[in-house]
Amino acid sequence: MLKFLLNKLVLIVPTFIGITIVAFGFVRVLPGDPILALAGERGVEPERYQQLLTQFGFDRPIWEQYFTYVVGLFQGDFGTSIATKRPVLNEFMTLFPATLELATCAIIFAIVIGIPAGIISAVKRGSWFDQLTMGTALAGYSMPIFWWGLLLIILFSGILGWTPVSGRISLMYFFPQVTGFMLIDSLLSGQPGAFQSAVRHLILPTIVLGTIPLAVIARQTRSAMLEVLGEDYVRTARAKGLGQLQVVGVHALRNALIPVITTIGLQVGVLLAGAILTETIFSWPGIGKWMVDSIFRRDYPSVQGGLVLIALIVMVVNLTVDVLYGLINPRIRHQ
Amino acid sequence: MTDPTLKNIDQDVVKEEARKARWSVLNEFWHYFSANKGAVIGLCIVGFMILMAVIAPVLAPHGPNVQNRDAFLTPPVWEEGGTWTYILGTDAVGRDMLSRLMHGARFSLFIGVVVVTISLIGGIIIGLVAGYFRGWVDALIMRVMDIILAFPSLLMALVLVAILGPGLVNAMIAIAVVLQPHFARLTRAAVMSEANREYVTSAKVAGAGHMRLMFKTILPNCLAPLIVQATLSFSTAILDAAALGFLGMGAQPPTPEWGTMLAEAREFVLRAWWVVTFPGLAILITVLAINLVGDGLRDALDPKLKRS
Repeated sequence: MLKFLLNKLVLIVPTFIGITIVAFGFVRVLPGDPILALAGERGVEPERYQQLLTQFGFDRPIWEQYFTYVVGLFQGDFGTSIATKRPVLNEFMTLFPATLELATCAIIFAIVIGIPAGIISAVKRGSWFDQLTMGTALAGYSMPIFWWGLLLIILFSGILGWTPVSGRISLMYFFPQVTGFMLIDSLLSGQPGAFQSAVRHLILPTIVLGTIPLAVIARQTRSAMLEVLGEDYVRTARAKGLGQLQVVGVHALRNALIPVITTIGLQVGVLLAGAILTETIFSWPGIGKWMVDSIFRRDYPSVQGGLVLIALIVMVVNLTVDVLYGLINPRIRHQ
Repeated sequence: MTDPTLKNIDQDVVKEEARKARWSVLNEFWHYFSANKGAVIGLCIVGFMILMAVIAPVLAPHGPNVQNRDAFLTPPVWEEGGTWTYILGTDAVGRDMLSRLMHGARFSLFIGVVVVTISLIGGIIIGLVAGYFRGWVDALIMRVMDIILAFPSLLMALVLVAILGPGLVNAMIAIAVVLQPHFARLTRAAVMSEANREYVTSAKVAGAGHMRLMFKTILPNCLAPLIVQATLSFSTAILDAAALGFLGMGAQPPTPEWGTMLAEAREFVLRAWWVVTFPGLAILITVLAINLVGDGLRDALDPKLKRS
């Protein structure tokens, strides 16, 4: 087990170095002079240019620049945003809870509906429920979520007027951000109606962001269940006279969940990519929208820092899933 | 000396047998593929889309970029105020939705073909080299692939487009780069499982060089999973290109690309439902159809899944 863990950790080091090279290289391969890009349209005088060149270290050899950059990363220095002049890490940390809250709700939504739907589809294989669920799942999997979001806005915000169009909470409410999670903060604030407002703002983005993971989880659960239901031990369980609920719920599900958990872990990348679109549509102040805005503002230090941080998150989550997979899968645990 | 006629006959027989064998393989494939009703429906829709893309300039009632100042945001024909001139209505500058959608099919299919071709060829070569040579070459290549996969695909594509500059061609290159590792990994895995088979060893003993071993001996036996992945990537490419277009980083207006059309329509989301609904529906139907075909191909080509 320890060896398994160490193997995984060793693999992470080159990936991390690669990520930093990509992020470091990203700013270097951009067309144009980085100093002139920083200065903007006003331009910069030659003396000031030299001064900035030294200040940012652009006059030193490239490997030295890279080394300084990586050392900076380890000290928590992810650069300074051009737009806000604040450290990128601070910006990221302020906005990240919004994305985390949305992504958590989305994945819970996907799991709560996806796993039961997949189980029932597998148990009632070939039934109308199975066909309907799998048809819907394939449609969800094929969904352009930015369009799905707009459709939901037309229906629920435009025609029915049930949900707000954008933002995290109604402008009526103002309270200090304690945790950064609007659902918790609104409860802590004690203002009547604040929590409901936060929930109403969350519903549509959650559905939009959760759609593709929901489809993937439902499909994966179904196929994992089908595989397990054909195994000998399930037949044995049936033969000893256990009820359907016990056979499916205890004997089959526990084994079928192993690949499903891996699938759920792999959705983190999907969620972060989806957050870019979902947050843009719903003006959700999270890191997805921030990345898009930064790209459009040509705020390259923010893009660079955001890239590293997001890749780090994906990497850490994937590692956790790998380890978790090893922990719950006896075949790997006992290797 | 052999009888020349006999030699000819022999060759004809061989050719005939080869033809028959090909037919029986195709027949078997079609047998499994057509057992999946969804896949056949998907194939029909894809065929229809291709047809529409080809004949769009002839069939479309209006030019895709022709603006009519008297018909801003005309609703579709079945809504009040709709006319038969603009069956699916017009957008904010009076362009016919139907014509734009039909021309949009050309872009989407073109994007899919180009992206899949680039990423497939790139991925196959990289994966073959990694899986065939193993050792440090393999380790290096796979780490690079890991790095690309560490970034969420759309984010990576966005950043690449930011470097290359917005536009359809750059968006396609970016998406191809992002999709390519999947092909490389798949090819590598297939090559590794094939490389120690006896037929490869025997070809090696017979004196086949590296190139011949990689491309003629091993590759044809690794194609099935790649074909399935290519189909699925086709739909991902269309979706990602539309997403980039939607974010303003893909095809630029007035190109009638479906994602770009959606971006232009966003501000009318609560006023004119048709300018938002139809382009997205076109994306959904196309992607869904391709995914249906992909599922059918997987069922037909993957012997492990057959009859399961």
